[in-house]
Amino acid sequence: MTDVIVAPSKEREAGLAGIGSHRKRKEDPRLIQGKGQFLDDLKLPGTVFGDFVRSPHAHAKIKAIRADKAKAVPGIIAVLTAEDLKPLNLHWMPTLAGDRQAVLAHEKVHFQNQEVAFVVGEDRYAVADAIQLVEVDYEALPVVIDPKKAMAPNAPTLRDDLTGKDNAGQGPRRHPNHIFNWSVGDKAATDKAFAGAAVTVKEDIAYQRVFPCPLETCGCVASMDPVRGELTLYGTFQAPHVVRTVVSLIAGLPEHKIHVIAQDIGGGFGGKVGAYPGYICSAVASIVIGRPVKWVESRMDNLSTTAFARDYHMTGELAADKDGKIRALRVYVLADHGAFNAHAQPTKWPAGLFSIVTGSYDIGAAHVAVDGVFTNKAPGGVAYRCSFRVTEASYLIERMVDVLALKLGMDPADLRRKNLIQPEQFPYKSALGWEYDSGVYPAALEKALKAVDYKGLRQEQAEKRKRGELMGIGLAFFTEIVGAGPTRNCDILGIGMFDSCEIRVHPTGSIIARLGTKSTGQGHETTYAQIIASELGIPSDDIMIEEGNTDTAPYGLGTYGSRSTPVAGAACAQAARTIREKAKKIAAHMMEVSETDLEWDVDRFQIKGVPQKTVTMKQIAMAAYSNVPAGMQHGLEATNYYDPPNFTYPFGAYICVVDVDRFTGETKVRRFYALDDCGTRINPMIIEGQVHGGLTEAFAIAMGQEIVYDETGNVLGASLMDYFVPTSVETPVWETDFTVTPSPHHPIGAKGVGESPNVGGVSAFSNAVIDAFAHHGVTHMPMPHTPWRVSEVCHRLGIDK
Amino acid sequence: MAKQKIALSVNGKKIEASVEPRTLLVHFLREELNLTGTHIGCETSHCGACTVDLNGMSVKSCTVLAVQADGGDLKTVEGLAAGGKLHPLQEGFMQEHGLQCGFCTPGMLMRGYRMLQENPNPSDEDIRWGLSGNLCRCTGYQNIVKSVQYAADKIRKEGAPKP
Ligand code: FES
Ligand code: FES
Repeated sequence: MTDVIVAPSKEREAGLAGIGSHRKRKEDPRLIQGKGQFLDDLKLPGTVFGDFVRSPHAHAKIKAIRADKAKAVPGIIAVLTAEDLKPLNLHWMPTLAGDRQAVLAHEKVHFQNQEVAFVVGEDRYAVADAIQLVEVDYEALPVVIDPKKAMAPNAPTLRDDLTGKDNAGQGPRRHPNHIFNWSVGDKAATDKAFAGAAVTVKEDIAYQRVFPCPLETCGCVASMDPVRGELTLYGTFQAPHVVRTVVSLIAGLPEHKIHVIAQDIGGGFGGKVGAYPGYICSAVASIVIGRPVKWVESRMDNLSTTAFARDYHMTGELAADKDGKIRALRVYVLADHGAFNAHAQPTKWPAGLFSIVTGSYDIGAAHVAVDGVFTNKAPGGVAYRCSFRVTEASYLIERMVDVLALKLGMDPADLRRKNLIQPEQFPYKSALGWEYDSGVYPAALEKALKAVDYKGLRQEQAEKRKRGELMGIGLAFFTEIVGAGPTRNCDILGIGMFDSCEIRVHPTGSIIARLGTKSTGQGHETTYAQIIASELGIPSDDIMIEEGNTDTAPYGLGTYGSRSTPVAGAACAQAARTIREKAKKIAAHMMEVSETDLEWDVDRFQIKGVPQKTVTMKQIAMAAYSNVPAGMQHGLEATNYYDPPNFTYPFGAYICVVDVDRFTGETKVRRFYALDDCGTRINPMIIEGQVHGGLTEAFAIAMGQEIVYDETGNVLGASLMDYFVPTSVETPVWETDFTVTPSPHHPIGAKGVGESPNVGGVSAFSNAVIDAFAHHGVTHMPMPHTPWRVSEVCHRLGIDK
Repeated sequence: MAKQKIALSVNGKKIEASVEPRTLLVHFLREELNLTGTHIGCETSHCGACTVDLNGMSVKSCTVLAVQADGGDLKTVEGLAAGGKLHPLQEGFMQEHGLQCGFCTPGMLMRGYRMLQENPNPSDEDIRWGLSGNLCRCTGYQNIVKSVQYAADKIRKEGAPKP
């Protein structure tokens, strides 16, 4: 026990660089010196390379594959086809959504660039040569590209392998190209509200097919040790443990003999959640050849075959009173899932968390119905920087509110004001069954409107309109649902979507903590340490965070859907609290007092009212290994598997101001203001960075991104030349702001932020562009708002002369 | 394929090697020299992750053949820090949170390195144009601009670091 002058609490607290600190990132020193360890940087001795022969057709029978010429290329070791995988029953793999997906096309191809054969050789160049020499005979079949035509009576059947099966994973099917129908809400109450409504509006709102496009593509290195019978799989995995379980189930290898390791990952944004044929083929090839096999996707393959996002074709309807009070919402969605039902949602939710679609508004009745269909496009349906289908939902309601405002002749801000859920209504039960945890919506909206001088902007707009100029003001007031999730609602393949943290305090008082999540750039090594620092009074610099190695990390469901902070961050705090309880017992033993005589003070226990009688956490750490009370086990560690009691509901108010050139259709973003409320803020510097990045991705989606197919199923423009990824020149300057409404059920009150800017951002951009045309009676314009599309609207309206 | 001899300086070190004429410079750096700091994001000269400094110019090493670098003077991100000290740009990226996943960062740093020699007093707009050949999916560029300004400021005050 020390009996010394102790530095004031505030000073000691600052020294920890805990929750709230703008601490610089732990990850940076290696990354700025070219010493990151990304997948393609890995060099195991004897590594060979694999890559795919891909289909030029979107729908065709495979009549024959001839690989002799390819095999004759010097350096080529093997060419695998579905016939080689069939005896292992690996030519198909199960999807997370209960369907199956071809690993290598068997008898038929279902989308362009589908994997047909896997060529393995000594170096990339030889493999590229050999791929050209694999000859495949195809018989082209009619294709279905438009999801609206998928269920036509005469539509060609895409999935012959499902013939006679009335279920492709998520409920009964009513057409060979149908996957599921899912609905939620009170239909009768909704219909009644619509029947009696003074005002109704209806709009078709599509959210185009886009792709997350992280700067690093997907890849893996599979290394089978034939003597030990163990497979090590390195890869770009956002969810390493799930990959281990899936590989074990698919390949029939015992799970303890599979080691999955994710090192540094160059961005994910949802695209690195799933299991891709490249992983399976590399593993099989390594087993067959007995050498490590590396597969790294090209950008073209990445854009055209790795899981897409959105492709939701929605019809929204609102019923309201004359004064703008919204009474009911009705939504129908046609979901294009591509060739296989392989979307990444919690298993029970065929449309993810789309039922957050009532948004930030108090709407008495709502009903949603979703049909999923097959088309000849790449499979997927991932959450591109959003929580499961939340972006689609938020876009729908934010667009519909603007449509209603136009019909009522009301200002969109006033209409939102009128319908926002009020602070006293929390915890708020939505018509579609969610319980929103906390929010002070009106204050956030007013703060945002004031910050941009909303009234002034509307005046300016009115004057510009008189002069024939186009200026748009876009509002979005979004509510997210993140942190999947409570295991009663959420599982993947039956495994609950908890997450985990194991903390070990070493004798000298430094810490290693391991988690079941995996950072892809969010800075977990920095922020998790801050949580532990605040909870345990150990400086965050003395805390090492480790993720991504399934041998050492506790089981977790990974990083996506803004779940790291709400779920694993909570596990972190809870594990730390368990340690602190034990530490308290040790402290009492060290000071020879009763536990009830002690109180916690930043980084130590002190005897109540005697601030000079203390033992620090560091002293306790040493005692945990040398001087524990009788009957107590040595050591100071804890593991927590956190099952969140509820989701968290981050929200925000975004305002975008654009000027549109009516002659060229070009849109200039003049101003973008983003107010986020993500509850307790762990590292404001990192939050701001996340918001900048998310807004930039939202900008890309709203203004330019789209994976386009022609009628015969050719992917148009799957290169960075055509697929819009904004450079620093196009990207607007971002203004960020915040309010803080802690989550009442999260141990530290944090809600998660990574995806909010994408969810709110897309609506704000789109609303701004469309608002520029509101005085011309334009209620909706489909995204992306490229100059070409906008100029077509100008032309149609005759205002480009 | 017959190999061809090349000799060049990489981060101040003399290198001699035999390469296939079609070997891309980025593969030569990553596979032969083990300099994996230079990344590949597209191989089609769109993303800039592979940017290195060759003979006083920023080049995208996925679109340069190794044989074209014969006789050249080349610098990669691994050669940026000198004398045990980070380059002001590296320091700037860390201080201003100019990176998240870090995949674009080596390319950004190498482009910034050349840009600041071309224009030591850039406006934010100049920096945005100067970096427009380098894509970043994470940061939204705002903090990258700040990072480069941090370095420009530091170089103005303390002079350019000795290579
Ligand atoms: S890898 Fe060279 S520009 Fe993208
Ligand atoms: S930091 Fe991830 S791409 Fe730039």
